[in-house]
Amino acid sequence: MKLNKYFERSLWVFHLNTGSCNGCDIEIVAGLTPRYDLERFGIKLVGSPKHADVLLVTGPVTSKMADRVKRVYAQTPDPKAVIVVGTCGISGGVFYNSYNLSGSIDKVIPVDVYVPGCPPRPEAIINGVLQAWIKLEKLRKTLKDNSPAK
Amino acid sequence: MSNKTYSIPIGPVHPSLKEPMTFHFEIYGERIEKVHLAPGDNHRGIEFMGRQRNPIQIIYLAERICGICSASHPFAFCQAVENAMGIEVPEKAQYIRAIIAELERIHSHILWAGVAAHELGFDSVLFLSWRAREEVLDLLEYLTGNRINYGIFMIGGVRRDITSEQITRIKKTLDYYKEIYGKLEDIFLNDPTIALRTKKVGILSKEEAIQLSAVGPTARASGLNKDVRQDQPYAAYADLEVQAITPEVYSGKVNGDVYDRIVVRLLEIVQSIQIIEQCLANLPEGEIVAEEKLVKLLNLIKKAQGEGIGRHEAPRGEVIHYVKLNQSELPEVWKARAPTYNNLMPWIPMLIGQQIADIPIVLASIDPCIACMDRVTILDRKSGQKNILTKDDLHKLSVEKTRRMAQ
Repeated sequence: MKLNKYFERSLWVFHLNTGSCNGCDIEIVAGLTPRYDLERFGIKLVGSPKHADVLLVTGPVTSKMADRVKRVYAQTPDPKAVIVVGTCGISGGVFYNSYNLSGSIDKVIPVDVYVPGCPPRPEAIINGVLQAWIKLEKLRKTLKDNSPAK
Repeated sequence: MSNKTYSIPIGPVHPSLKEPMTFHFEIYGERIEKVHLAPGDNHRGIEFMGRQRNPIQIIYLAERICGICSASHPFAFCQAVENAMGIEVPEKAQYIRAIIAELERIHSHILWAGVAAHELGFDSVLFLSWRAREEVLDLLEYLTGNRINYGIFMIGGVRRDITSEQITRIKKTLDYYKEIYGKLEDIFLNDPTIALRTKKVGILSKEEAIQLSAVGPTARASGLNKDVRQDQPYAAYADLEVQAITPEVYSGKVNGDVYDRIVVRLLEIVQSIQIIEQCLANLPEGEIVAEEKLVKLLNLIKKAQGEGIGRHEAPRGEVIHYVKLNQSELPEVWKARAPTYNNLMPWIPMLIGQQIADIPIVLASIDPCIACMDRVTILDRKSGQKNILTKDDLHKLSVEKTRRMAQ
């Protein structure tokens, strides 16, 4: 795999907590800080989904948050990719039989990359971001090729 | 007056939080007049799920109440079950529990220091402290197998032993922290910018702290001499000398502001290092768990009847677990009370009278893991005009205030 092909521009990430225990969330920040240092590739967390290329979603979706997740997804501009970090967002994990969950994240919004683990290690999160990046560049290319201006 | 105040809702979507939470602020000009809290966005029904699992399974559920306190909740829960069943925990296991709990306190306080620096616009300190935090995570991974959610607690003891060669490694990490502590203290306590932004900000008086039953560093920074490890020693803490740390130790007086909370947390890092050293020096020999066979343990649980309470001083304050067993595999009642629950109400006196730009640092000062806020909507009721403030704008306001004050 030629990595440089996918480095067209910096990747901005919006992190959305849908009721996570915070374990995945601190591992995401650990991925950005000096030991793992994702920021050297221009990957950074942004404060608004409107600025983001990628949604990084953690946690099982609690009923109160389900609507908010959909709204944040709708606010993210296309082309976008969604990464689910942590087992509880993939299958409910340890919270599988709760009465207050709207199910896994892929039942609420479309998901591109799954990063399992409770919590996943920063290396796994970095790998997930890379997969999303590759997918995003492909999406971007398709959009460019099919644009009516051409 | 009232028709001139703005209403600002904050949350519930804010990145890197423990709990998504909603706030409503009534603002007059720049000053906060009223604060309304609306928690509940992160409700997963953990106690309900616990009533459908046996106590051994609940340990792993309790770990996932909070990823940062993933030693505190199982610690308190195991104590509650042991209390209900009358299990005697081997001495060595009690020491190992204390070591893991104190290592967690070091990691949690350094994490908080970084987040607080970030809220002030001091991102280089965030990166510096999070780099320092990786060392203790490495050690926890070496001792327990996991960076987060350690999975080391078991009813009646712990699941992994600390061997003599591991002790050398622990000492090495402690030496590292002793070395960099001076640097951390210099940055946080002597830096004029941090002092400008945190002194006389978010004040919680001693009376308010008592009335609103604040716990942990939030209460101690207001001058309350309150620490479960000191007041009601449990596990290995009974053998060790633990004194509650109040800001008097450092500056000779108590102001109860954000600066004092930084002082208390930094001094507690040193205290934790000393506790671990004492534990290592007195580490007894022997068993690490009262009942090794899980099937046998489960049978004992099935026969047990009674109530138990477990208390532990988590990095954020006192955590209490209550368990009622009634001759069944499943507990009849399980109740967990986390420290942030107590520390929510003290937010209100802290925030009233402050400026909008101080919201991030005051919210962060009780260490609820509220690091940033997604968006703030300023709604001018009179004109119906709507401005959206994102977390970035709020952060920018905070950074600008730092710059303004530094000039």
